[in-house]
Amino acid sequence: MATRVYECLKSIGEKIIENKDFLTDLDREIGDADHGVNMARGFQGVIEKVAQDDPDIGAVLKKTGMTLLSTVGGASGPLYGTAYMEAGKVLAGKNEISTDDFLAAFDAAIAGIQKRGKAEKGEKTMLDSLIPAREAFAEAAQGGADLKSSLDAACKAAEEGIEFTKTIAATKGRASYLGDRSIGHQDPGATSATITLETIRDFL
Amino acid sequence: MKKLINGIDNIVDEMLDGMVAAYPGYVKRLDGFDVLVRAGGSKGKVALVSGGGSGHEPAHGGYVGKGMLDGAIAGAVFTSPTPDQVFEAIKAADGGKGVLLVIKNYTGDVMNFEMAADMARDEGIEVDQVITADDVAVENSTWTTGRRGIAGTIFVHKIAGACAEAGGDLAEVKRIAEKVIENVRSMGMAIDACTVPAAGKPSFDLAEDEIEIGIGIHGEPGVNREKISSVNEIADKLLDKIFAEGIYNSGDEVAVMVNGMGGTPLMELFVANKHIKEVLDGKGIKIHKTLVGNYMTSLDMEGFSITLLKVDDELKKLLDAPADTPAFVQV
Repeated sequence: MATRVYECLKSIGEKIIENKDFLTDLDREIGDADHGVNMARGFQGVIEKVAQDDPDIGAVLKKTGMTLLSTVGGASGPLYGTAYMEAGKVLAGKNEISTDDFLAAFDAAIAGIQKRGKAEKGEKTMLDSLIPAREAFAEAAQGGADLKSSLDAACKAAEEGIEFTKTIAATKGRASYLGDRSIGHQDPGATSATITLETIRDFL
Repeated sequence: MKKLINGIDNIVDEMLDGMVAAYPGYVKRLDGFDVLVRAGGSKGKVALVSGGGSGHEPAHGGYVGKGMLDGAIAGAVFTSPTPDQVFEAIKAADGGKGVLLVIKNYTGDVMNFEMAADMARDEGIEVDQVITADDVAVENSTWTTGRRGIAGTIFVHKIAGACAEAGGDLAEVKRIAEKVIENVRSMGMAIDACTVPAAGKPSFDLAEDEIEIGIGIHGEPGVNREKISSVNEIADKLLDKIFAEGIYNSGDEVAVMVNGMGGTPLMELFVANKHIKEVLDGKGIKIHKTLVGNYMTSLDMEGFSITLLKVDDELKKLLDAPADTPAFVQV
């Protein structure tokens, strides 16, 4: 299973790299035109450094987080780095993931992002996709849906989250300098977070 | 995009080696890291460490030297450096008396530097920090990221650096740095955007007759777009916003910085400065010192920022103290 998680991370990396220009263009509108470039550099590092023979899922995620932390830079580096490391702590020693495990890791990742970034939902950040996605995932899982179906619900909510970010002004991150001029643009972080969730769903 | 580069991925690396090649007597590079420290080390004094994304040259590596910084970290272009890089800089700069981090107020910079500070404290190094936030274009609020740190940061390097050089302890150097931060405000504008090499196109588009007021130093769009006017009128707009802070009043003394964004000729900066002096004279504000030049740039952006620092005897003495760095020499 650790191998499967490695393969999944590789596929997230490939998807992020594929969307490098798209994410950078979004960031160009309301930020500093580097989100795609930085994330692609980070996941190139993940693809190179994270090995198939890492002992368990927690170890793979921890190494992913450390790699992102030391290669991405900006705000995304600490935020995504922390998210993967916190998820890794929850899944330490595990070789399989149930929906309960995924939810616990999801919670830990979001808590880590909030602690590091001091942001709430509604501030035009990645949390506007992640928090609704987490809620939708939990609801689907409680209703008996399996991991893939629960993730499908999460992805739909994350997509709606992206749409929501178009309607609000940023109060966190570099887009906050624009004030109301950030309205009408979708948040690059919410977009990369949604791409991540969609890739996991498609991988399963 | 036209740039004098060999490849997008090695710009920062080659720039740092080029700086060391130009100034071997001032700076050396930490092996395997994008960090410059003083060539002669920093024993027995509080160390000042700053840094941020690249593209702001000479900030910050150009200010490493006697009387200013002890270490500077260069991130990717416009991207804050990672915690491991900052951690190495702290370790290398530490001369046994503690390290003060001078951080520009950006979400990424603050997060990465704070993570590095935690790592350094775990190793028993005394670390404290100040956050510069001098850009009045951005409204301050507890609910937002807050104001950006821009060119006013150079006054923090200069004055806190002089305090550290004179033997001030970590608490004293921090007090002085915060005193500068309280009294310094800046505002910038652009007549044309910059092009981040990895993005390959200008960071925003301006028509031939448009200008952007309130830009930062990362190619992020400003707070207001308008038709171009004379530099006197533009300078008035920037100054009005700075004066609205209520810090600079008749009878006060200030240091002035007219900072080029990288693509603006010094000729135009001096034209702007002529008017800035007239405005300050008219308000009865005395100018103690004026700096005109490219101190905190934004790649090839065309534009400038105005910075005012209110000074008293204590700040004047430290501002006038000698400094010897690649980008700032004062005898």
